[in-house]
Amino acid sequence: MGIDFDYAPAPESTGIVDIKESYGLFVDGQFRDGHGTPFKTVNPATEEVLAEVAEADASDVDRAVRAARSAYDKVWSRMPGAERAKYLFRIARIIQERGRELAVLESIDNGKPIREARDVDVPTVAAHFFYYAGWADKLKHSGYGETPLGVAGQVIPWNFPLLMLAWKVAPALACGNTVVLKPAETTPLTALLFAEICQQADLPPGVVNIVTGAGATGQAIVDHPGVDKIAFTGSTGVGKAIARSVAGTDKRVTLELGGKAANIVFDDAPIDQAVEGVVTGIFFNQGHVCCAGSRLLVQESVAEEFLDRLKRRMSTLRVGDPLDKNTDVGAINSAAQLARITELTQAGEAEGAGRWSPDCELPQRGFWFPPTLFTEVSTAHRIAREEIFGPVLSVLTFRTPDEAVAKANNTPYGLSAGVWTEKGSRILAMAGQLRAGVVWANTFNKFDPTSPFGGYKESGFGREGGRHGLAAYLEGGR
Amino acid sequence: MAREQARIDVRKTYKLYVGGAFPRSESGYSYEVRDAKGGFLANAALASRKDARDAVVAARRAQAGWAGRTAYNRGQVLYRVAEIIEDRRPQFVAAVRSSEGLSGSRAEAVVDAVVDRLVWYAGWADKLTQVVGNANPVAGQFFNLSTPEPTGVVAVLAPQGSSLLGLVSTIAPAVVTGNTVVVVSSYARPLPAVTLGEALATSDVPGGVVNILTGDALAVGPWLASHMDVNAIDLVGLAGTDGAAEAATAMEVAAADNLKRVRRAPAAEPDWTREPSLSAMTDLLEIKTVWHPMGV
Repeated sequence: MGIDFDYAPAPESTGIVDIKESYGLFVDGQFRDGHGTPFKTVNPATEEVLAEVAEADASDVDRAVRAARSAYDKVWSRMPGAERAKYLFRIARIIQERGRELAVLESIDNGKPIREARDVDVPTVAAHFFYYAGWADKLKHSGYGETPLGVAGQVIPWNFPLLMLAWKVAPALACGNTVVLKPAETTPLTALLFAEICQQADLPPGVVNIVTGAGATGQAIVDHPGVDKIAFTGSTGVGKAIARSVAGTDKRVTLELGGKAANIVFDDAPIDQAVEGVVTGIFFNQGHVCCAGSRLLVQESVAEEFLDRLKRRMSTLRVGDPLDKNTDVGAINSAAQLARITELTQAGEAEGAGRWSPDCELPQRGFWFPPTLFTEVSTAHRIAREEIFGPVLSVLTFRTPDEAVAKANNTPYGLSAGVWTEKGSRILAMAGQLRAGVVWANTFNKFDPTSPFGGYKESGFGREGGRHGLAAYLEGGR
Repeated sequence: MAREQARIDVRKTYKLYVGGAFPRSESGYSYEVRDAKGGFLANAALASRKDARDAVVAARRAQAGWAGRTAYNRGQVLYRVAEIIEDRRPQFVAAVRSSEGLSGSRAEAVVDAVVDRLVWYAGWADKLTQVVGNANPVAGQFFNLSTPEPTGVVAVLAPQGSSLLGLVSTIAPAVVTGNTVVVVSSYARPLPAVTLGEALATSDVPGGVVNILTGDALAVGPWLASHMDVNAIDLVGLAGTDGAAEAATAMEVAAADNLKRVRRAPAAEPDWTREPSLSAMTDLLEIKTVWHPMGV
């Protein structure tokens, strides 16, 4: 009699979350109706409508900016840093206390595995608020002075909805700015729950304003003359449009944009660890990661063995219900993103790369894409140049370190890179030559509030995290 | 006995400084340079779009090697430039005096400030990383270090008024950290820039690290702003020019094509005698963070 080693379903309960039928905008400390056309947010794993969400039009954005300005002038910029800090500590504690609720809601609205929302997103969110809370009364030691900028307009993406909110809101508030934040239209729910947390923390009205909507709402924020600073995380295309929009103004800008990171594996790398790092690098969060290691550069002498082991490891990835605690790869965030991944992978096949995916059964409903790798990829292929933002790995090979550097840097992006080798001097030499803002050596996709993150070249400018992250929100940071 | 004829002096041709050489403008154009009182000084080369592109190629070719020098060496090389300017003081004083219409003592003071500014920046070469870098205490068993690196090729539209101190104050902060530059000099006062190029050529600054174009920032600037192999642009030289605001906006828009780092044009030309802020250097740097696990 054989033993069944299959996993039993291990679903996380959704009883902890209370999703309302409809949500308004959070302006001046209260939820209000929007004047745009409400839109629906869906669970990408089931295509079920979760809630209807207000759309902020230009007048709503204007109201939010005025509320932020008033809160800045009258309350927040005048408050001693030590008092601002205590609000941020309070928020951090509430995030911890309501951590599971936030994680489940994030998983439902975004499609990411509950294991990742619970173990990565939410703890890092709380840590980010703790870290920047502590800076609020120590800014004179920051190297950037203590003068805030004013009202920060912040536009964030759908891949890490709450984490990107934390990266934006925590340093802005710690430095004494007030914010108008727009979450992505496909993942607004945790930002709106965060608004409730602000209420729960008795944060003064207007310090944090959350306006929901799509590109037009974001553009209204960028164009508003009352906004002193724009912080954007998203695509390079939109980032360039924002840079053009603010040209000729005094608005300060930081942009955290796309990437096409090389993950470079040398022949002396610890092969099992490297396989694990490559899997983490591209399949974490369904590959919806701007710093994903989407190009594997493996040294020719070990390429065959490495690919065998990589394929074996990919075969054990569990794709499916994001709320199952054993799921490794969840749902693609939206039909639009699924269409983009599908189109680019078709281009990969059409251009002659070899496509491979493990056998894996995908759910009938929802948006899904199997873990996929492409071999025989050339540097000219679209799948080697364009950001796919999905669970798709392009494999290239190299012979010498110089060739690896040349191929790795052969991209307009410069967000992150990975290096796998046992040789310390080679790690440092490679790290020095890779044109990327974050280099992970013998690890990948690690994040910490104390560690600056951000890109070179067309991956944007400015840093989030660490002392350097304060520069984006202080006068002395220019 | 025939009366001895007066000796005819040999006039200098003022040329561009690109890739360590002194070409004329590829366009074949030059323009009249006049002193502060309107007297003829010289014909200067009028840099074209092609000259700007050639200069970017030279700057790109020199960049990795220059950034690869040790910080100590870059500091030494910059200090050597200060020495050479001190040594050629009369020539620089004369250039500043005629270009800016200053008295002898005021022009001397400008050259003093130029030499001191170079010495100041030279000293930053091996200190800035310590001041703006960080070891980061991440919550895990990782080594985590953030250090600044040069952004690459920097285009500089040099100040229109301060033809030497302003020029040096925009070039030095870019190159001390390992960037290479393409600089467009003051249009009306290009001669100090030409003299600086001649001093650089006899210093230890490798060819291509500093490329000097004489000409019109409003004409050449847009080509540098839209150039896809330029990493950053300093628009300070637009301050005070006719139509500066429109030109600055247009160049900032063009710079977005490859997301150049932009130093915007101030409303008026800065007071270059003040001690610079670190942002003159840090605006042209990228912070790189390296992670590595710790364990045995």
